[in-house]
Amino acid sequence: MTLPADGGTSFRSDASAQETQDLSTSGGHIAVIQRVLVRQLKMISAQACGANGKMKDYHYSGPVEHKFSPYAFNGGTVLAVAGEDFALVASDTRLSEGYSIHSRDSPKCYKLTDTTVIGCSGFHGDCLTLTKIIEARLKMYKHSNNKSMTSGAIAAMLSTILYGRRFFPYYVYNIIGGLDEEGRGAVYSFDPVGSYQRDTYKAGGSASAMLQPLLDNQIGFKNMENVEQVPLSQEKAVQLVKDVFISAAERDVYTGDALKICIITKEGIREEIVPLRKD
Amino acid sequence: MALSSVLRSESADFVDRFNQPFAHGCGLNQKDLGFGTALDESLNFAVKPLDEADEAERKIEFLHGTTTLAFKFQHGVIVAVDSRATAGSYIASQTVKKVIEINPYLLGTMAGGAADCSFWERLLARQCRIYELRNKERISVAAASKLLANMVYQYKGMGLSMGTMVCGWDKRGPGLYYVDSEGNRVCGDLFAVGSGSMYAYGVVDSGLRYDLTVEEACDLGRRAIYQATYRDAYSGGQVNLYRVHSDGWERVSQEDVLQLHLKYQSEKA
Repeated sequence: MTLPADGGTSFRSDASAQETQDLSTSGGHIAVIQRVLVRQLKMISAQACGANGKMKDYHYSGPVEHKFSPYAFNGGTVLAVAGEDFALVASDTRLSEGYSIHSRDSPKCYKLTDTTVIGCSGFHGDCLTLTKIIEARLKMYKHSNNKSMTSGAIAAMLSTILYGRRFFPYYVYNIIGGLDEEGRGAVYSFDPVGSYQRDTYKAGGSASAMLQPLLDNQIGFKNMENVEQVPLSQEKAVQLVKDVFISAAERDVYTGDALKICIITKEGIREEIVPLRKD
Repeated sequence: MALSSVLRSESADFVDRFNQPFAHGCGLNQKDLGFGTALDESLNFAVKPLDEADEAERKIEFLHGTTTLAFKFQHGVIVAVDSRATAGSYIASQTVKKVIEINPYLLGTMAGGAADCSFWERLLARQCRIYELRNKERISVAAASKLLANMVYQYKGMGLSMGTMVCGWDKRGPGLYYVDSEGNRVCGDLFAVGSGSMYAYGVVDSGLRYDLTVEEACDLGRRAIYQATYRDAYSGGQVNLYRVHSDGWERVSQEDVLQLHLKYQSEKA
């Protein structure tokens, strides 16, 4: 119950606590609250008016420091799920900045190899540069080693690329989805400075905190009792991803417009585009 | 610096150009980076320090949001950790591996910044292997911990956050060192690191004896981490237990804290 102090006076919360302690009488309640409210109103009017009774101006006049920020937040949500013999990487296609939408058709999934797709959300400038660097390193590896990089190797490499900028990070949340050497689905999730681990499913980006608990329940069967834990089929996984993004578009302003799903199997990578709310 | 020389790839060098001019302005003080709380989401085992406090208070050590512990006893070293990683108040993962297997007879634990710990300990694994190849014998725990301490000391003050315990078995028997990004390197018989460490210390101190059996020591480590996850909001997930003995380390168990809770509850009744 403290009001912002202007100079000397401050409304101490212990004073009000004192008063509320004499609440032994039933009528005492209302009387106390009235007294407290009146005192607060007097304080507010005393602060708002200057010495001559007119309202004080509240704008600040003086030097103001403006700072250049090398980062911007462009929104977007990315999600990846690993199955027995498939992997899904899905992202919305909205590119925003502040209150504006720059583009409704800017997907955040980038195909790296025939078996790996990366989803990057955060600052779009860093997403573009990072994917360029990864693609260049993939080519270099292919030329020196005469084979494509596996998903696990790409994940380990990305970790060191991100950590190389430990003191001026790439502002990107990455999730890699693909097939491992044995043909099973693999998902690797990263933080902006390169810490990573292999998961079964992960959501990243602006609506991640909304999506992750739903995935925990539906794919991880967390907090469910007496439920049969069937492995996830490809059709069910795709339907789940669509449902989950529709929900995210309802409640996150940065997610919407369209959903792009990349389905990775040993036959190759297939894409599906689903419209989402455009508001 | 060590970091750029390690990470330089053979032909392309995308990294160095940016480090110099921005090194002062954009040190990892989040406020300087200009977008406020957004990059606080760097995956962390750490509890964020109070930003409103003035700069001098930043030098006070803040706790790492995790619980890891290790202790020596007659049959080796027990290492027990939780598995929660937080980004601010969001739980980013409940299945993080906080014990890093440096080589078959050396383990390192993680507390603090996840990327810092995993990167530097991976680098330590590389250095240990190089030592083995050069000297035709295994590296001692004291030397391994010293390598790690010296590596991170070069970055002291730049915002690295790492609190680790290097555990192993060498010619001198079981070895346990605590190393952190402030430059501390301490040898000891018992350490608990992280925001839940106080709770873990209470449990281990009351039950620790040199002549415990393997079973009892494992139970003690497990119980200590469980109690810490019970009371510390930033610790949780699963309890991973390892034991280091004369032939190397072995993974003893991985148990979900909820299962442990039900087990201890039924024992109480």
